[in-house]
Amino acid sequence: MSLIHEIDYGTPASKSEKLVTLTIDGREITVPEGTSIMRAAMEAGIEVPKLCASDMMEAFGSCRLCLVEIEGRAGMPASCTTPVAAGISVSTQTQRLKDVRRGVMELYISDHPLDCLTCAANGDCELQDMAGAVGLRDVRYGYDGANHVKARNNGEINRQWAPKDESNPYFTFDPAKCIVCSRCVRACEEVQGTFALTISGRGFDSKVSAGMNEDFVSSECVSCGACVQACPTATLTEKSVIEIGQPEHSVVTTCAYCGVGCSFKAEMRGEELVRMVPWKDGQANRGHSCVKGRFAYGYSSHKDRILNPMVREKVTDPWREVTWEEAYAHVANEFRRIQYQYGRDSVGGITSSRCTNEETYLVQKLVRAGFGNNNVDTCARVCHSPTGYGLNQTFGTSAGTQDFDSVEHTDVAVIIGANPTDGHPVFASRLKKRLRQGAKLIVIDPRRIDLVRSAHVEASYHLPIKPGTNVAILTSLAHVIVTEGLANEAFIRERCDWSEYEDWAAFVAEPYHSPEATEAYTGVPAELVRGAARLYATGGNGAIYYGLGVTEHSQGSTTVMAIANLAMVTGNIGRPGVGVNPLRGQNNVQGSCDMGSFPHELPGYRHISDDATREIFEKLWGVTLNNEPGLRIPNMLDAAVEGTFKGLYIQGEDILQSDPDTKHVAAGLAAMECVVVQDLFLNETANYAHVFLPGSTFLEKDGTFTNAERRINRVRKVMRPKNGYADWEVTQKLAQAMGLDWNYSHPSEIMDEIAATTPTFALVSYDYLDKMGSVQWPCNEKAPLGSPIMHVDGFVRGKGKFIRTEFVATDEKTGPRFPLLLTTGRILSQYNVGAQTRRTDNVVWHAEDRLEIHPHDAEQRGIRDGDWVRLASRSGETTLRALITDRVAPGVVYTTFHHPTTQANVITTDFSDWATNCPEYKVTAVQVSPSNGPSDWQRDYDEQARQSRRIAGKLEAAE
Amino acid sequence: MSDTNAKLIYMANQIATFFQSQPAREAAQGVATHINKYWEPRMRRKLFKHIEHGGEGLNPLVLEAAAKIRRPEAAEAVINRG
Repeated sequence: MSLIHEIDYGTPASKSEKLVTLTIDGREITVPEGTSIMRAAMEAGIEVPKLCASDMMEAFGSCRLCLVEIEGRAGMPASCTTPVAAGISVSTQTQRLKDVRRGVMELYISDHPLDCLTCAANGDCELQDMAGAVGLRDVRYGYDGANHVKARNNGEINRQWAPKDESNPYFTFDPAKCIVCSRCVRACEEVQGTFALTISGRGFDSKVSAGMNEDFVSSECVSCGACVQACPTATLTEKSVIEIGQPEHSVVTTCAYCGVGCSFKAEMRGEELVRMVPWKDGQANRGHSCVKGRFAYGYSSHKDRILNPMVREKVTDPWREVTWEEAYAHVANEFRRIQYQYGRDSVGGITSSRCTNEETYLVQKLVRAGFGNNNVDTCARVCHSPTGYGLNQTFGTSAGTQDFDSVEHTDVAVIIGANPTDGHPVFASRLKKRLRQGAKLIVIDPRRIDLVRSAHVEASYHLPIKPGTNVAILTSLAHVIVTEGLANEAFIRERCDWSEYEDWAAFVAEPYHSPEATEAYTGVPAELVRGAARLYATGGNGAIYYGLGVTEHSQGSTTVMAIANLAMVTGNIGRPGVGVNPLRGQNNVQGSCDMGSFPHELPGYRHISDDATREIFEKLWGVTLNNEPGLRIPNMLDAAVEGTFKGLYIQGEDILQSDPDTKHVAAGLAAMECVVVQDLFLNETANYAHVFLPGSTFLEKDGTFTNAERRINRVRKVMRPKNGYADWEVTQKLAQAMGLDWNYSHPSEIMDEIAATTPTFALVSYDYLDKMGSVQWPCNEKAPLGSPIMHVDGFVRGKGKFIRTEFVATDEKTGPRFPLLLTTGRILSQYNVGAQTRRTDNVVWHAEDRLEIHPHDAEQRGIRDGDWVRLASRSGETTLRALITDRVAPGVVYTTFHHPTTQANVITTDFSDWATNCPEYKVTAVQVSPSNGPSDWQRDYDEQARQSRRIAGKLEAAE
Repeated sequence: MSDTNAKLIYMANQIATFFQSQPAREAAQGVATHINKYWEPRMRRKLFKHIEHGGEGLNPLVLEAAAKIRRPEAAEAVINRG
């Protein structure tokens, strides 16, 4: 094992198909037109010295080190800004170039500290490398002149000097080491798209400045790490590198946060993780990252991690640490007893969208083959189950249609019910890059998300709908497209069922679907809807990206169908730049669905009632499978309250915090006789658990995650599990304790079984993934390289199906007692229920959930910014602090749900999607009033949580 | 009417509401297929029990679909097999 060194070609690749041949240092080289001389040289293995160039950014030409000479041309042009031309002859090393480069380096070094031995970048410093490359031996100017290095010059205060900025928890900024190459500024602009950094001053006064000379953490900086990665010196350095030193080996793996699924190099020293660096060859992220994946991995070694299995008789007892064998035996005995007493169907399992495909596959296999029922579900139930249902009905596959690269070809992006800059930051950066190149943007969201207007990005249309009216607005968009003759009839005739289209077109053309008619309840001016519809239908490649603001409604599935209808009616399917793209919340939510986590289907989305599919698994597993669908999570809880469901094995999910109507979830869990929680931490659900099995992190195991673009990415083990076992091993041991003959010795064997049983995974194996980097399913004989884009020559189901989408208002209605609508979302620095990110320094940015409320609503209630407020719904009440902002419309309030003390889901109701039972998180009628502090429920909950986390023989940990 | 019964009726009616908006010839079959595919036997059993008791509160389309909904085997049989 060694450190993976990625080649930096200096400038981005040219996409031209025309080739140009030139000569560099006497070697004939052929490259695409538009390639820089620097890149052409590097592709031929000739490294021209450089400091300000990086292939992550456009050429800048400021460092004057990469000069070359071209025969017949005057002067010494910079090789980064000079494109190749046919027939030219370039020299990268001549006496003149050597002299000039050495002179340039001499100037750089005369204003740079000479503490190389104790510098954090020692061993990874491009400035040092370049000094070596140009043969710098002497600095004739000395070090006593004007400089940025020393705090004092001859006893006088040096006004050019600035102290280290250590405000960011993850990296430091040391201006004394800066060579003003502008790589950080350009990375912030071009890669991340935040524009938080700039160069202030001119000439010798030039300085990198965060915001308006602020410290990093107070500036607009989003801590994505692009600047740190770009910095050629120790000016911007990870604090972990300063503390530990340079890594000695690295392993490519996949981030365990959101559904973008970024590839990272885990850079290691022994078993200690030094830093996570985004991998340029990562096909989802192309070398970029966000604050979570790049920096927020500290939870993996947090003191709260539970490393020993624990058991207790009653949930009011303290936990008792036991051996693994005792824990397995206890679970096996309890589940068998419960099944004997209450029937085969009285137990079930929940798979995790944070665990690997292999682990998820094993949990559903345990339920189906071991428990003998189909009571298995997954957290996708509460996020994207309507996506699976809706896209399957209309297109024939339960997944998005594109890869992330597709956005580079998009002309009109439509974002519905998603907030990519916070929820899917790396995709947001790629989208913003395209928007800066001129693509148009339509945002449909009750709240003014950052993308509506931020640095160098402005939406052409923002349709600020009233929460719960998605179907109405999307059907109105379809109305405009159909009635104004903008439908792509050629596409529809070729790809879709024409009679279904005619039926649908007549339906959407009804006058009551017109924007003028729906304006009354969507709250969106008709002209905006018409304008947006025309833009999407006629603006070129139209791509729809959507999130949980679409799915988490009582009409979530209908909304997904409405989106699919829009893509079909405009012909925006089956090529780069278009499509329907669900932005998946969790790292492996796509994978957990693919792996048969739903109670009605086996891996590969095949219904459990299908005899041929069951037979495949029955033969392999040696059991008879139940042909009836099992219980979904909300049904399990209902059945528990009713007394027919008594035992639940939950791997890596915190249903008490993440599922709606907390009181109902708590009642369901409390009614069970054996709740087994497998997790990193004593999560909220564990308050009601009888057995706790310690989990392992993504750093501690091998496996695969499948991201939102159906990309199967490898997860690679970089350290031994702190708890002793990877999660798949724990499930296997549990299965063995229950009498199942499982003998997987490595997750690759589980993937082989998946490939053997699931046609869309037929060619997938660890060897193949190692060879290809990653593949997107379907990956089989028909598509050996995987499928970046789906439905290319026709829909998977045959003909695309248009489905009528009638708007039905939710039964969760505002009234005199609950006049406001609450909707929920995420923030950049925190992830989901926060179990991981709250245990990192990310709390610097978001230490508590706040309630966003419009100034008008706040004033009416006498609420000031920062006041504690009581938030009450028909389900319950909680308290949190107000944040007054006009991002939300009057009548709408908004909060995040990252902190357990807020208990935002005490407020949410148990209304759910008609097709999938996906909860209606995004609409709750509430009242907001001033408050003095935590509610009784919060106090009681806190006390109960504290009691239930006691471990016998251990002092209570002070939080 | 128990709480969970009320919930079940609500869910069935939600499904019916969707299929009511679809072409009439497909509506009842749509409801039945959906319930067959996604409702666990316990839930279908309760639905049938409620229908046998008059089906109060159910959307007429659910009642129409009932003939096409698969009737699960009796609960006792399942327990004995466990």
